Amino acid sequence: MEKRVTFKGWILPLCLIAPQVLVSAIFFFYPAGQAIWQSLFIPDPFGLSMQYVGAGNFEYLLSDPYYRTSFLTTAIFSTLVTLCSMIPALFLAVVADRLIKGAGVYRTMLIWPYAVAPAIAGVLWLFMFNTRVGVVSWYLGQLGYDWNHVLNGGEAMGLVVVASAWGRISYNFLFFFAALQAIPKSVIEAAAIDGARFWKRFWTIVLPLLSPTTFFLLVVNIVYAFFETFGVIHTITSGGPQQSTTILVYKVFSDGFVGQDLGSSAAQSVILLVVVGALTIFQFKFIERRVHY
Amino acid sequence: MTATVNPSPNDPPPGMVEKRGAGLWLSHIIMITGVLIVFFPIWLAFVASTVTQPEIVQPPMPLLPGDQFWNNYREALFSGVNVPVATMLFNSLIMAMGIAIGKIVISLLSAFAIVYFRFPGKMIFFWMIFLTLMLPVEVRIVPTYEVVAGFGMLNSYGGLILPLIASATATFLFRQFYLTIPDELAEAARVDGASPMRFFWDILFPMSRTNIAALFVILFIYGWNQYLWPLLITTDPSMNTIVMGIKQMFPSGDDTANWPVIMATSILAMIPPIIVVISMQKLFIRGLVDSEK
Repeated sequence: MEKRVTFKGWILPLCLIAPQVLVSAIFFFYPAGQAIWQSLFIPDPFGLSMQYVGAGNFEYLLSDPYYRTSFLTTAIFSTLVTLCSMIPALFLAVVADRLIKGAGVYRTMLIWPYAVAPAIAGVLWLFMFNTRVGVVSWYLGQLGYDWNHVLNGGEAMGLVVVASAWGRISYNFLFFFAALQAIPKSVIEAAAIDGARFWKRFWTIVLPLLSPTTFFLLVVNIVYAFFETFGVIHTITSGGPQQSTTILVYKVFSDGFVGQDLGSSAAQSVILLVVVGALTIFQFKFIERRVHY
Repeated sequence: MTATVNPSPNDPPPGMVEKRGAGLWLSHIIMITGVLIVFFPIWLAFVASTVTQPEIVQPPMPLLPGDQFWNNYREALFSGVNVPVATMLFNSLIMAMGIAIGKIVISLLSAFAIVYFRFPGKMIFFWMIFLTLMLPVEVRIVPTYEVVAGFGMLNSYGGLILPLIASATATFLFRQFYLTIPDELAEAARVDGASPMRFFWDILFPMSRTNIAALFVILFIYGWNQYLWPLLITTDPSMNTIVMGIKQMFPSGDDTANWPVIMATSILAMIPPIIVVISMQKLFIRGLVDSEK
């Protein structure tokens, strides 16, 4: 926790820590407290008074079919984003790992999308699949497939998943590639001498050795899909059609700022807070365990 | 930059499990295909930013760049759709630099206080800072918005920057790093009669330089790519950041979007983070691994 050797005095350290504590208190603890407080009230339509409803907002939310659907949408969305970003990344990393020359060049090329903001990624994919001018949707039309993510909820979901997963491929690739490079070559070669073919080696040696990285990336990607994909959804679908791409974070925004339903939005924030807390604890537990790995 | 895979200039004898011959070529073909697919959205955006509007609205659009590069980029930078993109680029730069520098400064100081001092309430502050790790700004948007509005900081750089500084990832990174620094250094400084701040400036700060640079890369991209927060608090177009401003360039209703200018803006929005990532690739990867683990 601290050094054996410490400096004396307590005014200086309090001054040093003050900026961080102040910023956290004003822009973090106070708003978080407000969210919890507001979640217990319903404001009247003019915002003049607040009525205490206890757990009413939560009860209402959990019985609200739209909110339940949004939970399901979030689960589907984050599962798909995680899979669509991790599997191609692992595949490319395994292939790149086998190259002696050029792997660094490929890595440099593959990093680019990481730097692209989710909202910009949304614009790029929207442009490719735009129903009027999109190149991909046009070629799909030539093949006889009528692409319309504005009306078709499944296609809308597919598009936001791909646009969200795209930038994450870079991120996951970097971690998988680093983990693969860290596996001692002698282990692989020993298996090769014993006659294990590539796929056998991959399933029995490489994948188990990658499991700490894989679990870490699973958690990080789920957190990403939950919270950082707002820009993608806002630019491509705005949660539509018929709320088919309204994930939980998007609903906090649309109920709070568009619908002005502050009590409900605050209650949703509190529920998300619990979800993040659970994910964070899960991640820390997992990291603890990995130390013994 | 690309030599990390094989740092020695003389190739080591190839291991027995690396592919040669046909398999090697197949690996390269897979990697090149992967890179091309991952790259395609960016390429298409670039092409669209160099052609005329009619070429885009009559699909399929060309797949090779046209000759309108200067016209489109000049129009985007100096007139834009609502506000010149140059203004938005400037705002993004201030925001990204403010978040990166602000977070690094307050974290360096508070980590120093936590590691090198004993003072009353230290554990409370420590856990307070620790808790901020758990809640992304997306979750507490409504109350945070109210706080910022209450301070009259809507449409200001302070309002853009401060709430996003209130998280402790950087503090933890520096804390971990300080804990690895030998105690003898602080002891020697104390024996020589150096004040704590002198120790900080002359020893701790220079030793932290690599960590600071790595963190800067990560935080710069984080700040540059913010979407939801600037969307909420910059109602004045002249305060828009480029990443959130692109969505505002799409017309409401059925009008056709000015695709060449929008795509030129998308490319402009990507360039700074891509330059940072590619030019500081090693630091970036290190920062990524450090800050996530």
